[in-house]
Amino acid sequence: MCFVFLTQTRELLFDMTSLLTFPKGGVHPPEAKERTASLAIETMPVPDELEVILGQHIGAPCTPTVAAKAEVREGDIIGEVTKGLGVPLHAPVAATVKGVFQSAHPMRVSAPALLLVTNSEIPAVRYSRLDWELCGRDELLKKVHGAGIIGIGGAGFPSHVKLNPPPDNPVDTLILNGAECEPYITADHRQMLEFSQEIVEGARVILKILGIKDCRIGIENNKPDAIAAMTKAAAAASSASAQITVHPLKVKYPQGSEKQLIQSITGRKVPAFALPSAVGVVVHNVSTTKAIHDAIVLGKPLYEKVMTVSGKGISRPANLLVKVGTRVSDIVAYLGGVTPALAKIVMGGPMMGFAISTLDIPVTKTTSSVLFLAEDEIDTRPHSQCIRCGWCVEACPMGLEPKEVAIHVEADRAQDTAQFGVFECFECGCCAYVCPAKRPLVQFMRLAKMKAKR
Amino acid sequence: MWTVVACLVPPLILSVFIFGIQTLIITAVSVVSCVAVEAASQKLLGRRVTVSDGSAVITGMLLAFVIPPGVPYLLPVLGAVMAIYIGKHLLGGIGYNIFNPALLARAFLLATFPVAMTSSWLPPLHDLAIFSYLGTHVDAITTATPLAVLKTQGMAAVVEQFGATSNIYTTFFLGWRPGAIGETSGLLIVLGGLYLLYRRYITWHIPVSVLGTIALLTWCFGGPTWFGGDPLLAILSGGALLGAFFMANDYVTCPTDKTSQLIYGVGVGALTVLIRLKGGYPEGICYAILLMNPLSSVLDGWFKPKRFAAPAGGAK
Ligand code: SF4
Ligand code: SF4
Repeated sequence: MCFVFLTQTRELLFDMTSLLTFPKGGVHPPEAKERTASLAIETMPVPDELEVILGQHIGAPCTPTVAAKAEVREGDIIGEVTKGLGVPLHAPVAATVKGVFQSAHPMRVSAPALLLVTNSEIPAVRYSRLDWELCGRDELLKKVHGAGIIGIGGAGFPSHVKLNPPPDNPVDTLILNGAECEPYITADHRQMLEFSQEIVEGARVILKILGIKDCRIGIENNKPDAIAAMTKAAAAASSASAQITVHPLKVKYPQGSEKQLIQSITGRKVPAFALPSAVGVVVHNVSTTKAIHDAIVLGKPLYEKVMTVSGKGISRPANLLVKVGTRVSDIVAYLGGVTPALAKIVMGGPMMGFAISTLDIPVTKTTSSVLFLAEDEIDTRPHSQCIRCGWCVEACPMGLEPKEVAIHVEADRAQDTAQFGVFECFECGCCAYVCPAKRPLVQFMRLAKMKAKR
Repeated sequence: MWTVVACLVPPLILSVFIFGIQTLIITAVSVVSCVAVEAASQKLLGRRVTVSDGSAVITGMLLAFVIPPGVPYLLPVLGAVMAIYIGKHLLGGIGYNIFNPALLARAFLLATFPVAMTSSWLPPLHDLAIFSYLGTHVDAITTATPLAVLKTQGMAAVVEQFGATSNIYTTFFLGWRPGAIGETSGLLIVLGGLYLLYRRYITWHIPVSVLGTIALLTWCFGGPTWFGGDPLLAILSGGALLGAFFMANDYVTCPTDKTSQLIYGVGVGALTVLIRLKGGYPEGICYAILLMNPLSSVLDGWFKPKRFAAPAGGAK
């Protein structure tokens, strides 16, 4: 008894003194990162064919700028956004264009994509260091846009828009998101270890664009080696005009969610439906920051992706550098095939990702992992009625009541759920994770959002 | 669910040594009846049969725990029908039943078999003679519970009948006193409750508010003079501990919000003391919980979790 109280008190004190975190909700799923955390990023050989989906980001999809049979070099523009929000699309390899086809897509079922056939006769492109410090803010912004950079850790929001906050919201802090709180995924972890200097230099580029000097890198405390590497790189690169610091975070899902991360690091709360700039913050993922570095310092557009392939269902788990457009089937073949234990394939993390039913899905700029999960890594128990335990309410980091929403949806009253703040739900999955009745609460939330009126 | 069952097993085993082997038989009859009635009701109502989730087993154990150890074996069977068919499946269904099924069944049994339910208390055994009550006619050996003695004869009689003041707490804490099957062993119930707390199956809010209120109010109003009551004895007697740790906080019938839970717990505690001191029954926690059950959803309607941050400008 004493022991229990002592440990709890210690946890509490520990929380308050050293590690930053958000106060409400959150869960502790098994991390399952050990399988890939110590594997260096490995470059996967370029497959013979790539399917580059035209709609890689939030907003309108790109229109192809190349016709069938055209020959493109690595890094050439192959698609442009004609109207609205968006960034150009680049050829991941030297290739011959075959045309536009329908590709399988994890969320949208199918989506138009450019099919490229690798052509080794076209000479390779070499990138060399540019002197970016002389560039002005507008020029840098234009280059970020031109390199096709989007938020590759999350929903794929075009980065140049984030870097150009509305003038009535002055920004004073840049946060780099290195939390990587989703189980299994170690792609950001490896990037922080192997490219810490590049990430820090990317941070300096962003600071210059935003015209501020405070950059804080948040990393969950389960990656001490990444914290050490980033601290060292940050100290070396900091100057009077760029103060870059590393902030260890408590291991708690969803620590890497934008609003929770901002609260953990700055104590500020982003109002519902507002952007981080409303509280003077801009957040970028560490991997996106690395891509910004490549774009500005090397002039290399975004067309490659570091991703984690893990789970008991794949023969050889790995952290891979792949070309955007690589099919999952090619990755499986490269890693020695699946194992008999395979029960479910998930694109993205186990908490927020989407189950896929075909291997012919291509990697996009936002794919951070493909997981091949075995029976014992997923929960297949049937769901039953809500027993009103309230665990989902306690777990929800947004302070919502998933159980009420679910009951309303089941009773065919999804249109009345706006009162429960369903639009504030960002589908983190904490509620479904803790539910003892295994209710698919995130699906109920999605249905509610489709039907409810704002 | 099965963890809760596991937490209820030690008090059950101890009850065999306190009241004899028939406690085990009553509990077994109650559990088997509850599971059977659950399966039958779900078949009858055309719902999915969910007996494997263990909740009927818990109801069966709790039902046995709150009835006296000397009752005829028919009572738990009737109780099971009341608890599961009427209390759980007709009055709402899984997750929506308003009243705690086990307590509803106890109230029903008390109303229909008042004699058996109020006089089948057995004096605790002292020499592990666990078979001695089997087959005997219980009327000859029944005794009164401490709360009943306290109510009708006062504190002096309690001390006289159940041991000297100095060790009465120890005796009660270990469970060697007359009472319902599973409610007497304070020690094992508290240990079970603490384990559930540690595993985070339950939170402290309801047990602490129920017990705290009982202790406080008994201390204030429960003695011959103001502030002359015995708070410790109040918690250790009757079903206070069992009710606070295993019944008042039943997920389905208690509020989900923490503030609501505290208010609810205080309500249960206050009603318990009110019934004990002023009502017609020596023990009150059963009715106190049943009276508070329907208020759960009302309280939850008043207290909502705090949202992360309101939209800027207040508009929604
Ligand atoms: S998925 Fe939505 S409702 Fe569920 S915990 Fe996350 S934010 Fe809350
Ligand atoms: S966690 Fe599941 S069972 Fe518990 S209240 Fe929420 S929806 Fe109901």
